[in-house]
Amino acid sequence: MSDKTDITLTINGHSHAIRVESRRTLADAIREDCGQTGTHIGCEHGVCGACTVLVNGEPVRSCLMFAQQADGKEIRTVEGLADGDEMHPMQRAFMENHGLQCGFCTPGFLMLAVGVLEREPDISDHDLIDVLSSNLCRCTGYQNIIKAVRAAAVEMRQS
Amino acid sequence: MTVHTKGSGTTWVGRSIRRLEDPALVTGRGRFTADMPATHWVRFVRSSVAAGTIENITAPEGAGIVTAKDLTKLKPIRPMLSKFNYVAVGQPILADGVVRFTGESIAAVYAPSKDQAEDIADQVEVEISEGAPLIDATDALAEDAPLVHADTKHNVIVEGRIATPGFSDVWKTAHKVLRVDARSRRQNATPMEARAGHAAYDGSTGRVTLTCTTQMPHLTRTAVCDILGIPESDLRVVAPDVGGGFGQKMSLAPEYVLLVWLARKLRSSVAWTEDRRENLIASFHSRDQHVQLEGAFDAKGKLLALRGDIVANIGAYSCFPTTCGVEPLMALAELPGPYDVRAYDCRSRGVMTNTCPMAPYRGVSRPVITFVLERLMDKAAAVFGIEPTELRRRNLIDKFPYTSATGLVFDDGSYKETMEMAIKAIDLDAFRKRQKTARDAGRYLGIGFATFSERTGYGSPAFAARGMEITPGFETVYLTIDPSGFVEARIGSSPHGQGLRTSLAQIIADEIGIDPEFIKVVHGDTDRSPYGWGTFASRSLVLSGGASLLAAQKIRAKLLKMASHLLEAAPEDIKLQSGSAHVIGTDRSVTIASMARAAYHQTHIFKGEIEPGLTETGTYDPSGTFSNACHVAVVEVDIETGRVEMEKFLVAEDAGLIINPMIADGQVHGGVAQGIGNALLEEIIYDETGNILTSTLADFLPPTTHEIPEIELHHIETLTGNSITKAKGLGEGGAIGAPAAVISAINDALSSFGISIDEMPATPQRIRAALRASGKLPGKLPSMGRLA
Repeated sequence: MSDKTDITLTINGHSHAIRVESRRTLADAIREDCGQTGTHIGCEHGVCGACTVLVNGEPVRSCLMFAQQADGKEIRTVEGLADGDEMHPMQRAFMENHGLQCGFCTPGFLMLAVGVLEREPDISDHDLIDVLSSNLCRCTGYQNIIKAVRAAAVEMRQS
Repeated sequence: MTVHTKGSGTTWVGRSIRRLEDPALVTGRGRFTADMPATHWVRFVRSSVAAGTIENITAPEGAGIVTAKDLTKLKPIRPMLSKFNYVAVGQPILADGVVRFTGESIAAVYAPSKDQAEDIADQVEVEISEGAPLIDATDALAEDAPLVHADTKHNVIVEGRIATPGFSDVWKTAHKVLRVDARSRRQNATPMEARAGHAAYDGSTGRVTLTCTTQMPHLTRTAVCDILGIPESDLRVVAPDVGGGFGQKMSLAPEYVLLVWLARKLRSSVAWTEDRRENLIASFHSRDQHVQLEGAFDAKGKLLALRGDIVANIGAYSCFPTTCGVEPLMALAELPGPYDVRAYDCRSRGVMTNTCPMAPYRGVSRPVITFVLERLMDKAAAVFGIEPTELRRRNLIDKFPYTSATGLVFDDGSYKETMEMAIKAIDLDAFRKRQKTARDAGRYLGIGFATFSERTGYGSPAFAARGMEITPGFETVYLTIDPSGFVEARIGSSPHGQGLRTSLAQIIADEIGIDPEFIKVVHGDTDRSPYGWGTFASRSLVLSGGASLLAAQKIRAKLLKMASHLLEAAPEDIKLQSGSAHVIGTDRSVTIASMARAAYHQTHIFKGEIEPGLTETGTYDPSGTFSNACHVAVVEVDIETGRVEMEKFLVAEDAGLIINPMIADGQVHGGVAQGIGNALLEEIIYDETGNILTSTLADFLPPTTHEIPEIELHHIETLTGNSITKAKGLGEGGAIGAPAAVISAINDALSSFGISIDEMPATPQRIRAALRASGKLPGKLPSMGRLA
């Protein structure tokens, strides 16, 4: 398992030249090889969605993708959501609507919701709840996550 | 819709201010244990069998490996109870010759990376001579059952009984006796962050810093040091951002002891991140209780007496610090719930089996006893031919203080009022009409009510009464205004999602006249915070809130005295507001920041009449209080598939004064969601060999947005003297009432089948099995008919 490959991960616009084993997951590469620990790992089997990042604009569970598969692609993580000190509407909405408690699942929910709304700004409420069912949160009972995403959706459509 | 009865906006308390915790957490700047780099990574080699004797352990040449042989100087984890026929058993840090549950750690390997450690662990060969495992508590109770611990006489590790005098005389007078035989199956609390630990040795001081996902940093330090035999000053325990706990992170993880031991041995940093499979099979489990309950009622439906037998499967070891008595003994003391019943006879036992050890989980036994007791009340209502709420109305306590049959003293509450509020808000009459219309159309709607009490904020006497060697209780707060004029509150509680930094800042802000944004609450670091008990049992707002208030009152008194000197006014003529002391009715004022500076740097101006510095301590150790609530679930059951659709959930809650309504509501939402998971979805399943069949989140199913309906909240705020902040605490309530309400609603929906679902989770399989057994299913279902 010691064969390593040189790849470049572009995370939030910054290039990271790293050497990884072929079995290295994107989640581990982002966190350990690139030092971006905002992306969290909750199950490592693709169910909880805590590790969701955007790869070429699409929400992806980074524990289910190999780092090599993301070579050369545009990766966005929670660290890249804010524009300097200006938070993304989704981040603000989560704070204003108490869409987080312990904060562990939050990066995954933020990236999932941003990815979906960028692709489908006018998503129906039914479809939105369906999409959000792909991630797990153990603290909030989802009420305020749904509220936050709805609020951010309105703001994202207006901007 | 959220309805609040209070929240004037003139004080910080009562306002839904944004959480001070959030900016870091939404930007990826939160700092969790697994984010830390380490020199060595640890992987545990875990038992693949439930019971047996270790014959041989073979590691690859040159591998870094630790086994029980290396740990002979370490004491086992051995929490104590001095009452209730408790049998002390020890848990070794690594299995010492005997394995007692699937997933128990047998060895720890370490390597420079996680991947390498996993590779080595895969190559470690363990030969185990398998024994016959005990999985079910009933089997473990049998006379000839093998012993989980050979040094005990039987598998019952704790047994308590409460019987009121003259019980049988009361029982004889019963008009009706009803019976419930109920089970709440095994769960895992499933915080989204599994456990993790990082121990770093500091060469210059010889100290180790253990960063870990604990709810109890100080207790972790005490326990690890006791086991290793080192002074507490040689260990610092840090709980950084912790991704949920719900009780699972309250008990001592043997893995943390190993990490500290190994960091000292290697004089380096070592880390372990639990994966989800480890968490599901080997962290701590919860519930798995079997309750048989009988209730004697008079002719008017008044409950006269309760007789119960509780069996809790507590797994292979006893958790530290509460001991495994925590669930069965709390169930024993609190089974009568919010009902006025004077005669009580109940036995409760904790039984060891070859399963993962149990630890407290949100609600601690009360989700189970509430479910069982509410089943009894529903069955009685059916027999008496009245609405379940009417039967409760005849039995709920309404005079306070109320001393229960088990000696608990209930302070002022609103048991009946919250139920009436819930009945009105859900419009029970309208629902019954809609239910009838739906039933005529072949649809099965149901409504379920659960009324309950939530004992919170109890101090050390309550734990002492259980005979615990360790009596968690008091909380201490060190409150300082430093020379910069900023405020720091160092607390012994250890929140991990509850928003306590914000709520405590609100309480302190009102007292000392400084806005919450300038108040920093520091927790989760034994070097920085006073000795305290952490966060669990709906306690932190009551206890740390009370201690914060006491400390803030002292700071306030000192600030007023200082301002009195500087402004030449009487203290009672001065108010503290928005960072300044003002002489009321004048324009004279002085900033608190300048007074803080003077308190340290210009003490001479107070002419020796005021002590230098601006730090005060508050300690609070109350007797405890009771929150209460009524939960309502509305469901539809598909009788063809057994699927339960949650249509609506409503909570009418009384947790005293609400400090931050937004945070309070969030706590209730989360608890209700866990309760719905408890009622419908979540079950850890062992096969007969003791292997776990539910070791992924695709098998053990926490609810998603699909399973959680809209949750409507209503609050009543009963203010009692049992909490000096008037806040009662509500962290667990959501999880306590929801399972009972959901199960009640399912049974209401299926009442025409004459069945009773008395087992949680009420999975589609269980519901279909009960429907089939009823013999009342339509012979040909309409859709099937069309297909034929």
